[in-house]
Amino acid sequence: MPLLSVTDLRTHFHTRNGVYRAVDGVSFTVERGETLGIVGESGSGKSVTCYSIMGLIPMPPGRIESGSAMFDGVDLLRCSAKEARAIRGKRVSMIFQDPMTSLNPYMRISEQVIEPLLIHEDITRKEALARALAMMEAVGINDAAQRIHYYPHEFSGGMRQRVMIAMALITRPELLIADEPTTALDVTVQAQILDLIRSLQRELGMAVIFVTHDLGVVAGLCDQVQVMYAGRIMETASAEELFKRPLHPYSRALQRSIPGLQPKGRELYTIQGLPPDVSKPMPGCAFAARCEYAAETCNAAVPVLTEVSPGHSHACVRVLSGEIGADA
Amino acid sequence: MPDNILELRDVRTYFPIHRGFLLKRQTGAVRAVDGVTLSVRQGEVLGLVGESGCGKSTLARTILQLVPATGGAIILNGRPLGGATRAEMLASRRDLQMIFQDPYASLNPRMTVHATLAEPLLVHGICGPRDVQAHVDELMRVVGLAPRFAQKYPHEFSGGQRQRIAIARALALRPKIIVADEPVSALDVSIQAQILNLLAKLCREMNLALIFIAHDLSVVRHVSDRVAVMYLGKIVELGPAAEVIDRPRHPYTRALVSAIPVADPGIERTRKRIVLAGDPPSPINPPPGCAFHPRCPYAVERCREAVPPLVPAGPGREAACIRLDELPASGT
Repeated sequence: MPLLSVTDLRTHFHTRNGVYRAVDGVSFTVERGETLGIVGESGSGKSVTCYSIMGLIPMPPGRIESGSAMFDGVDLLRCSAKEARAIRGKRVSMIFQDPMTSLNPYMRISEQVIEPLLIHEDITRKEALARALAMMEAVGINDAAQRIHYYPHEFSGGMRQRVMIAMALITRPELLIADEPTTALDVTVQAQILDLIRSLQRELGMAVIFVTHDLGVVAGLCDQVQVMYAGRIMETASAEELFKRPLHPYSRALQRSIPGLQPKGRELYTIQGLPPDVSKPMPGCAFAARCEYAAETCNAAVPVLTEVSPGHSHACVRVLSGEIGADA
Repeated sequence: MPDNILELRDVRTYFPIHRGFLLKRQTGAVRAVDGVTLSVRQGEVLGLVGESGCGKSTLARTILQLVPATGGAIILNGRPLGGATRAEMLASRRDLQMIFQDPYASLNPRMTVHATLAEPLLVHGICGPRDVQAHVDELMRVVGLAPRFAQKYPHEFSGGQRQRIAIARALALRPKIIVADEPVSALDVSIQAQILNLLAKLCREMNLALIFIAHDLSVVRHVSDRVAVMYLGKIVELGPAAEVIDRPRHPYTRALVSAIPVADPGIERTRKRIVLAGDPPSPINPPPGCAFHPRCPYAVERCREAVPPLVPAGPGREAACIRLDELPASGT
């Protein structure tokens, strides 16, 4: 049984300007110890997916219209506040994108790191502090004994992100949700943080959902990757498969527009147009308006994510029917 | 005077740190740019890379005279920029333009596209009020925007479109050189490719020199002819873009290159990575000698003694490391 299984999740935002379908029918599973990457451009619904699972969607204007997120027999979308509290921050924890704003500037680091322990475990302050200290050392903070008593502003961006990771991992969660944890950091610091997540994951055997827009990060870290666009999953495959044999036109276009993968000086492939307005109903494929292979059939119905080989699914009717070849 | 459109000679920009309120005295300085010597040829794209805080944005602002240089000379078209009178400065601004990182902050929200693009044309007397419309339309077409959007305000556009407006504004005066400070880092991959293609096309067609600042090495490698790597206010390596990034010589460049995630699981999982320890040191109190030595895996005692100068390191290449010949070869 998978650790987390999300089925047909729909999170919509009801605003004065209409209903924004931020997440529109997303299903996936995460096995124990597995790393799932969610990639997509801004507005593709990758963060909202995570926030929905964690119960962090502001309601109103947000509303979870349908779906379930079963975590070890408990539906995270429907459980009582008490049940949610027992899981959130203890068995599932989250790291946010911006380490500058996600720590409380008025609280010492020590207080923030031990908070989840004091809430979730029967533990004395002293023991909690000792565990926090060990955790701070594990995430690579030098002079932890002294620096644990600092305030967040006394830390650099990379160090704050380490504190966030320490805070998220101190309860030894079974699932870690990392929402663009390295986007605000420099590449050299990003490399440190990715190494850290990898080694801690191996040690604790936890599953990770890693949200990013950087395909490079996904390549090195994730087992399974799903590509999101306009609130829907376009393709999901193992990392190797997705890079070697992307099937959906959107995944292919995304790869062809990365400078690092293209010969120097060659004009980069560009996806024409702009991401769709998710407040307008989309009867067909969300990518059809920008897709160079789009045909009549694409606008007829929302394409269903279909498995074509073990672990590899995509939602393109034309690839599925064989009208577009794999190397088109 | 060769075809160097812009020359920087030992440019330094320090920000003083003051203590005290009534008896204000200077207690130190942030050495944001600390002795940069560079030249840019006509039509050349020079990439400038480095981590945040290395001084690349301050260097850009110093070139544009948006912050005063503490020392050194900036020579545009053979004429020094420092000490220019207001009128002279206005004239040199015509040749020197800037594109900023955040298209959400760099456009005036209360000005229409037309007003934004017409302002420089009128200030510099490029055209009279009568033919301004035709000029604005042409500029919008050049950057791929339909002229019928001229009466819209910035908030009605997406990030990529706003960056196109910012580019059009920079092009309005037909400059010889544009400094682009992280022009694509606020944009999504698919939009980023559009803007990169546009910049490359404009440079080619208008024989425009471009200083392209970015932290994303793969982007820089793609667009630049040459690349300069900065660390703590100094240039540590300089040379043809593809060579510097594929076969870096300086230990810092090696670490930087190895830290970029490659979008290919085959390569990404097998390659050896140099993970640097710690953060860049403070530019207020830089380490003695080579500023990189506390994080450098190859550092020896000698590295602490003197600041290493940029020395030739292969054809058209320079690097600032005293152990260049002792280091193992690098390659991809």
